[in-house]
Amino acid sequence: MTHPGTDLRRHERREALLVLALLFPALAVVTVLLVVPLAWLAVQSVTADGAFSLEHYRRFLAEDIYWRSFLLTFRIALIVTVLALGLGYPVAYAAATLPRRWSVVVLGLVILPFWTSVLVRAYAWMVLLQRRGLVNAALQGLGLTDQPIALINNEFGTVLATLHILVPFMVLPLYATMQRIPRDLLLAGASLGGGPAHVFFRVFLPLSMPGVVAGTVLVFVLALGFYITPELLGGGRTFMVSMLVSRNVEIYNQWGAASAIGVVLLLCVAALFWLASRVVPVERIMGAR
Amino acid sequence: MAAAGSNSGVNGGPLSGGSIGVSIRNATRRYGAFTALDDVSLDVAPGEFLSLLGPSGSGKTTLLGILGGFTVPSSGSVHFGEADVTFVPPHKRGIGVVFQNYALFPHLSVAENVAFPLRARREPKGTWGRRVAEALAMVELAGYEDRAISQLSGGQRQRVALARAIVFRPRLILMDEPLSALDKQLRESMQIELRRLHRQLEATIIYVTHDQREALTMSDRIAILRGGRLAQVDTPERLHDRPASAFVASFIGESTLVPVTRSGPDSVALGAATLRSARPLPEGAALLLALQTEKLIAAGDSVPDGYNRLTGRVTDIVYQGESLKVFLALDGGPEISLRQPAHHAGRRAIPPTGAPLTALIHPQDTIIVPAESA
Repeated sequence: MTHPGTDLRRHERREALLVLALLFPALAVVTVLLVVPLAWLAVQSVTADGAFSLEHYRRFLAEDIYWRSFLLTFRIALIVTVLALGLGYPVAYAAATLPRRWSVVVLGLVILPFWTSVLVRAYAWMVLLQRRGLVNAALQGLGLTDQPIALINNEFGTVLATLHILVPFMVLPLYATMQRIPRDLLLAGASLGGGPAHVFFRVFLPLSMPGVVAGTVLVFVLALGFYITPELLGGGRTFMVSMLVSRNVEIYNQWGAASAIGVVLLLCVAALFWLASRVVPVERIMGAR
Repeated sequence: MAAAGSNSGVNGGPLSGGSIGVSIRNATRRYGAFTALDDVSLDVAPGEFLSLLGPSGSGKTTLLGILGGFTVPSSGSVHFGEADVTFVPPHKRGIGVVFQNYALFPHLSVAENVAFPLRARREPKGTWGRRVAEALAMVELAGYEDRAISQLSGGQRQRVALARAIVFRPRLILMDEPLSALDKQLRESMQIELRRLHRQLEATIIYVTHDQREALTMSDRIAILRGGRLAQVDTPERLHDRPASAFVASFIGESTLVPVTRSGPDSVALGAATLRSARPLPEGAALLLALQTEKLIAAGDSVPDGYNRLTGRVTDIVYQGESLKVFLALDGGPEISLRQPAHHAGRRAIPPTGAPLTALIHPQDTIIVPAESA
């Protein structure tokens, strides 16, 4: 007969092995698809003509198109995030407070656009917003404008189309948080003398903050790396970081420069996540409990 | 609890804001085809402690919702004092509500939670600190101001919820099963504490519970609800001794209902036995005898005069700590149970399982109710 302690240890070891075995496929996929390319990216970014070099990073300081593009990207991402929060909060609020069958309808309408590709939606906006598009025709037809106004090939079009695609990423985490706010707290607030506005600002809004942080970070980060929509609706004039990467690769065949931009953007996003995770746990930002 | 008694016995404490009468008139609440509350009328006197008691689904929470302003009755009205408040929103009713799960604001500290009603009512900011401290002292949580809600035990949360409901001196306090999440010992000590608070606050309290013992312990009167209707509204004693229906008789106390037949103006027949009741029998032919376990006495060798006698055979004896529960199959009749104190004399009076036993019940304790028509 073996010692009970040995038995227990053997049991624990077996359990640890089982957990490892279960995790292996996921770990393998992540390693092959994420860790290896990222490492390759990092190596590329510090390699020039087959030798170690910081030349690609030096370019950030030397060429103002780099930092101007970063600045523009952050600005557009910020505008999109603020607008998404402004538009998404009331929608999420409605979905979280309406009776169940109506909240299903609201959420359905929010999720519906996910079923069309980003490309299709970008072209749809182009059809609507171009010089002789529906919107301009309507504005002129109503006599509101004399001539077509520029709605695409500029920041406006970029922001609008990006916003359209990213609003659901704001609404869903907001909804998830709001829906978990116990109704009793709102009733308690009212019974204790709080009018609707007082209860909203003193109880509902503070308790929905984790969702606000989660949605804000998600939308901001996604907007930072947005490519197709700004490419199509910005008309080459709204030169975002993602386009900088693609130009470096496609036109100049500069993989090292493109990698360096990618690494810098990645570090920016990582820093943002780190900041946000000090307010809200990362699992919650990603939509898990 | 350590400081219990330090501020007890003082009527009209610092948080007393007087009391107000409540009148519910023909309140009905329908949800689609379902009638949660069916034509309920109830008057609560100023300063009264009234419990709404009933099984789940009996409409007590709906009634509380109507009082709190969370639910508007489909028909009927609610009055606080002279004022019709049927359509007044909750935040303008000026009542304190203690919720079942406390409903404390998790993002606010203890002091901020208790100050919430003061802030919401735009009370002068300078008075908040003193009033919060007074309310916390009243529930014996002085010094807990800066704690986070997550740092408190269930009993402490309960007290914070109470402090928050009384800090603005409401004249009416509603409580929705506030003790149901606490363990038995804590619950019993809180019951006693709530009684004391009620005397100090002088407010009217309407208390929802499904625990009859809790209702009996604290209430001036108890309103028993069943299927959305009031079954009986009475003092604990009268509910216990004069239940109006079989439902109330079975719901209050621990009793066995046995069908009996009328055998005289004040007596009924149960098999071969005839039982006299000290009270007038109800109308109707179908009658039930409500035998409360603690009112039955196991007869020893001598049988005193004036008692009703029930003879049978012991089928089981269950030892329950402070008492024994004895099951007795009546001769040619149903099985009843009686409770015997677990002291030596009490235990000696019970013969072993299978042996015959005579149980006595006084005519004053012989309760006859009409059988349910439904």
